[in-house]
Amino acid sequence: MEWINIIVQGILVGGLYALFATGLSLIFGVMRLVNIAHGDLIIAAAYLAYTVIQLTGLHPLASLVVVLPLSALFGYGLQLAVLNRTLDKGILPPLLVTFGLSIIIQNFLLETFSADSRRLNAGAIEISSFSLMPGLDIGYVPLLTFACAVAVVWGLQYLFYHSPMGRSFRAVSDDPEVSQLMGLNNRTVYAAAMALSMVVVAIAGVLLAIRSNFDPFMGPGRLIFGFEAVIIGGLGNLWGTLAGGVILGVAQAVGAQIDPGWQLLAGHIVFLLILAVRPQGLFPKGVA
Amino acid sequence: MSRIIMLNRRQVLRGAGALLAAPAILRATRASAQDAVFKIGYVSPNTGPIAGFAEADAFILDGVRKAFAGLTNNGKPVSVEIITKDSQSSSNRAAEVATELIEKDGVNMLLASASPDTANPVADQAELNEIPCITSVTPWQPYFFGRNGDPASGFSWTYHFFWGLEDVIANFLAIWDQSGVAKSIGGLFPNDADGNAWGDAKLGMPTPLSEAGYALVDPGRYQVMNADFSSQIAAFKKAGCKIVTGNMIPPDFATFWSQAGQQGFRPKVVTIGKALLFPSVIESLGERGDGLTSEIWWSPSHPFTSSLTGESAKEIADGYMAATGKQWTQPIGFNHALFEVAADVIRRADDLSDPQSVVDTLAATDMQSIVGPISWKGGPLNPVRNVVRTPLVGGQWQKTGDRFELVITNNSQAPSIPVGGELKLLS
Repeated sequence: MEWINIIVQGILVGGLYALFATGLSLIFGVMRLVNIAHGDLIIAAAYLAYTVIQLTGLHPLASLVVVLPLSALFGYGLQLAVLNRTLDKGILPPLLVTFGLSIIIQNFLLETFSADSRRLNAGAIEISSFSLMPGLDIGYVPLLTFACAVAVVWGLQYLFYHSPMGRSFRAVSDDPEVSQLMGLNNRTVYAAAMALSMVVVAIAGVLLAIRSNFDPFMGPGRLIFGFEAVIIGGLGNLWGTLAGGVILGVAQAVGAQIDPGWQLLAGHIVFLLILAVRPQGLFPKGVA
Repeated sequence: MSRIIMLNRRQVLRGAGALLAAPAILRATRASAQDAVFKIGYVSPNTGPIAGFAEADAFILDGVRKAFAGLTNNGKPVSVEIITKDSQSSSNRAAEVATELIEKDGVNMLLASASPDTANPVADQAELNEIPCITSVTPWQPYFFGRNGDPASGFSWTYHFFWGLEDVIANFLAIWDQSGVAKSIGGLFPNDADGNAWGDAKLGMPTPLSEAGYALVDPGRYQVMNADFSSQIAAFKKAGCKIVTGNMIPPDFATFWSQAGQQGFRPKVVTIGKALLFPSVIESLGERGDGLTSEIWWSPSHPFTSSLTGESAKEIADGYMAATGKQWTQPIGFNHALFEVAADVIRRADDLSDPQSVVDTLAATDMQSIVGPISWKGGPLNPVRNVVRTPLVGGQWQKTGDRFELVITNNSQAPSIPVGGELKLLS
């Protein structure tokens, strides 16, 4: 019974990791950009939601109505103004620029919001839960997080394979030069992908902020789980990313049950094992 | 090339002699410049994960600089320059800025505050470079033993005031005894300097707890920034724990506390070190912040006054709230007291330009400060040579009106500090 509880809780935490990872996976899939600032963008989205809530008094989940479009707009602008300039110049410039961006975001948040740790207060839903069976309580917030992860992955997958926008994403990903010959403006396609990634980032940020406190320096710590989930699942495969997040969550939960000191270690070991045995990840791209 | 060859033995000796003498001459000129100015270097974590500890520094320095204007030494006015540096909450950075303060700014004294990560490296640099140094806001064990201090000899240049683990354990036990709930405790200790010290089987909480008749369930050290406390919660539920304790950072506590709610774990008393110090953290927990208990090192109701400005603890806290619109925090008293001790040394030192004279004066300190009596002369408050223990009490966050107030509910360890309210159980 104890173990069932631990594994179920691990799966639910995996949903959060998958949300961290999906935006990362999307960007890497479309433009081969490793976004070091991804974790900080998640925290920035949480602060954006915090600001909106302070101004309007909306419920954190309702604040998404404002936060999502703003994040998308920011992502679009960021890609057009900054990140596009770093592409096509080798692997280093995007890494350096997003690394710089990460530092800028952290310090901007510190200057604006101070180092105080914040939290989005979602009211009673935060601690309410239902009991599946004795000893197995499922909280609504973790369940909602997991459901969001599934919905986001399903939505992106649908978009990728059943819409003109998705077709253009796949086209620039497969061959940026030919897609340009076919009349696509790669730069705006990249910007659209970044906007979409930022939407996922905003969802992740708000759910994270309901679940736990956040402060300006939390971003990099979130990034590592995102990376691991992406790599476990296989680069560029969104369902794989979800599976990667769940595997990571369960590995950590099982590790913690043996000894809390092994919680993160267990996750890292599973990650390294998969990297060693199957460097392309469990479900590499190409599985449509 | 030819000139070097032309050098003879005498010229070489003369040159070498001048080179050897140079530091003495430079030192002499530096000393004469010091007659006019006494430079204090102050290192605190203005940015980074524990920036909350230095949040009030701008306010404190404002008051301190004004009060320093009238300082005299041997009947002559001293102009004191305070140079502040940010440790960015990192020990590497703290050591770097301390070195900079010593070598570039030529400070006469170093002050450092908040957590072993800032206080220890600054004190180490001061000890190495023979600069008098005062630190605080770090429990004394991590400060003293973390720097490999030997209780027999102590340190020569570095002095510290704060409470220790024995104080925090005594206060936590007093809170729990007072609550009267079943003596079954869940422990949450992270794998960091503080968590390992608190959870240490010999020096930390386990031994005194079992001596006092409490059963401690300690599932083991978790990594900080943990996303999932399900296994700990399951273990606590299984053992029927009524009390939860530990040393956590705020984000970890918030995660634990909402998961505990979700998974139906309802302890009666939750007493956590470090996580529950700042009002902003309690506010961020919403209704569930009400009733959490914590150690209190300083509060506006502490019956002490500043030897520097003559203000009472309440006046300083009120001044902070009026100036910034924010609620008072505990580091205000201690960061202020650092400058009180510095001012006291400046007033009494025989020769401010001589580091040995300054550190001798520092060692002979015997004063009343905003955080209580400070004296390193040896006595019950000095567990080791360089450390003063300041009084510690226990308290609870209680909601009054629309905000949370930290109310002192147990003063058994420091009866001079008045109690402000009754302990309430969580459930």
